[in-house]
Amino acid sequence: MAIFIDQNTKIIVQGFTGKIGSFHAQDMINYGSNVVGGITPGKGGQTHLGRPVFNTVREAVEQAGAEASIIFVPPAYAADSIMEAADAGIKYCVAITDGIPTQDMMKVKIYLSRFPKENRMVLTGPNCAGTISPGKSMLGIMPGHIYIPGHVGIVGRSGTLGYEAADQMKALGIGVSTSVGIGGDPINGSSHRDILERFEADPETKAVVMIGEIGGPQEVEAGEFFKENMSKPLVAYIAGLTAPKGRRMGHAGAIISSTGESAAEKVERLLELGVTIAPTPAAMGETVARVLAGL
Amino acid sequence: MDIHEYQAKQLLAEYGVRIAEGGLAYSPEDAVQRAREIGGDVWVVKAQIHSGARGKAGGIRVCKTHEEVWAAAEKLLGKRLVTPQTGPAGKVCLRLYVEAGAHIAKELYFSLLIDRSHERIVMVGSAEGGMEIEELAETRPQAIKKIHIEPAVGLQDFQAREMAFALGLDATQALHAVKIIQGSYRAMRDLDANMLEINPLIINNHGELLALDAKMSFDDNALFRRQRISELRDKTQEDPREMAAADRGLSYVGLDGDIGCMINGAGLAMATMDMIKLAGGEPANFLDVGGGASAERTEKAFRMVLADANVKAMLVNIFAGINRCDWIAEGVVQAVKNIDMKVPLIVRLSGTNVEQGRKIIADSGLPIIMAETLAEAAEKAVQARNAVVAAQQA
Repeated sequence: MAIFIDQNTKIIVQGFTGKIGSFHAQDMINYGSNVVGGITPGKGGQTHLGRPVFNTVREAVEQAGAEASIIFVPPAYAADSIMEAADAGIKYCVAITDGIPTQDMMKVKIYLSRFPKENRMVLTGPNCAGTISPGKSMLGIMPGHIYIPGHVGIVGRSGTLGYEAADQMKALGIGVSTSVGIGGDPINGSSHRDILERFEADPETKAVVMIGEIGGPQEVEAGEFFKENMSKPLVAYIAGLTAPKGRRMGHAGAIISSTGESAAEKVERLLELGVTIAPTPAAMGETVARVLAGL
Repeated sequence: MDIHEYQAKQLLAEYGVRIAEGGLAYSPEDAVQRAREIGGDVWVVKAQIHSGARGKAGGIRVCKTHEEVWAAAEKLLGKRLVTPQTGPAGKVCLRLYVEAGAHIAKELYFSLLIDRSHERIVMVGSAEGGMEIEELAETRPQAIKKIHIEPAVGLQDFQAREMAFALGLDATQALHAVKIIQGSYRAMRDLDANMLEINPLIINNHGELLALDAKMSFDDNALFRRQRISELRDKTQEDPREMAAADRGLSYVGLDGDIGCMINGAGLAMATMDMIKLAGGEPANFLDVGGGASAERTEKAFRMVLADANVKAMLVNIFAGINRCDWIAEGVVQAVKNIDMKVPLIVRLSGTNVEQGRKIIADSGLPIIMAETLAEAAEKAVQARNAVVAAQQA
């Protein structure tokens, strides 16, 4: 079923009746996603976009069989909504919301980790474009038409740069099994490594593209996972080779951040780990094509 | 968001961290007045700028007379200080903090910050504090103690004690240090800070612990619920262009090159800048217009980019998801008509409603250079920039 979602996955929208939630819920419905309803506390019992509105996620799970959720709730309340979804038994949650406080995300991660692994909700995002299994289901805000169904998994932090990769692949006739946006925030629900693990286990995925950025340890951790555990080829591009060094105060960041967080250092490390690097952002598609040709 | 040393110290003092007596000064008269109020015979005049390593840039001056305080204040006020952390432009000093001189028996290091890889607050300390702490982290990492704090239960006393003893303190000092450490943690947590550094934390000649310098930085995403912290913002310490952009909902970072950029999404913006560089050019800025870029917002972004006199060509690269290419195209056409643009403009549109977008630009009759792909866009931008430079030299 690709990973996370397919045409049967029952989806609810948290922040359903708001302007942004409505717009993207309609877009997802038009794409063919199985949207079974949405949550807006206080508007339970109403109908919106031809679907039922629930007061709580628990009601949506009990009454509509919701399995996956997408969050458009404003930043001040988004962490609460994510935890509500986890508590109600949602299996997969995409948080689109941009601007959630870091300490709220720390709490969310601890909250999720309290569930035994088999019952634990998988969160991707926040601050991401969502997840799409082309031709099956879209749980996100991406332009669905730039993805064609196929066998390459995409995982990336950036929304638009992920679109760029999918578009280059489409131009070469290369399709996508699932594309997962993990978001640009310092603390996110799932890491590159977490998603690679899923792609490795997915029979529909034959190769993976990872689109990373400067900062943070995740791309290198993913590279280490690839070397140890993956049989499928991994192509990576790291944005920010020319980005200016961040201005900072004090020494604390420099002491704690392990070396190797610049784009050049990450690329060097990934090459050592056997990852195929797309040398430029314009070469993501052709690098994937080359790797697929060698399979 | 960063704040000044004196602001961080005032906050920390409320959480039980002991600081030396001090006061704020905006003029040499003020500075001498503060020194009088503090009393004693040694004062430290400290430039308040948003940067560490001020000492190395001459921003910290020890004074033994009121005349020296006056002279130090006169020298620092209005001056731009350049430290390894400010970048070459430096930061202007408009406020001074005058503090009672302390007799330092020993300098320690203490900080709290968010550790991205552990997704927790980490406490960092060393018995060897002072200015060379980064070097120490590289050469003798075992001299630095790190303890992660479990967010669900917060910092425990045993962890604070462990840190206090790692700092090499005796039993009495350790008890006091636990209070400082717990207070710092509460400040970090309750105020949504993402960094808090006391360097040095000193032991004075009476064996007491004192925060001699303090820095705090806050999570921008949490300022909506930290009104009091928001009010501590000092706009003189921030890049005016970046601030103007933030006020318009744009994310802008000025750079040293001459190809102006307007792009949607931070990742695509970084990738486009990489492409410009690979094509032989240098970006003049990073500008993320974000999603839902209206015609009005597009025009504001254009004005922002073109306000930089170095810009010799401008590249627009939009991959529309939430955005729509036709909206962006209308914004571009409107901006070019309203602004007297003197440099070549290269536009690459992709994604939602791309055909309509391209048609709007083609129908406008404006001299806009269109590109289909990222590579083509970067190459055309660099060519256009080179042509402008060649024409200027001719």
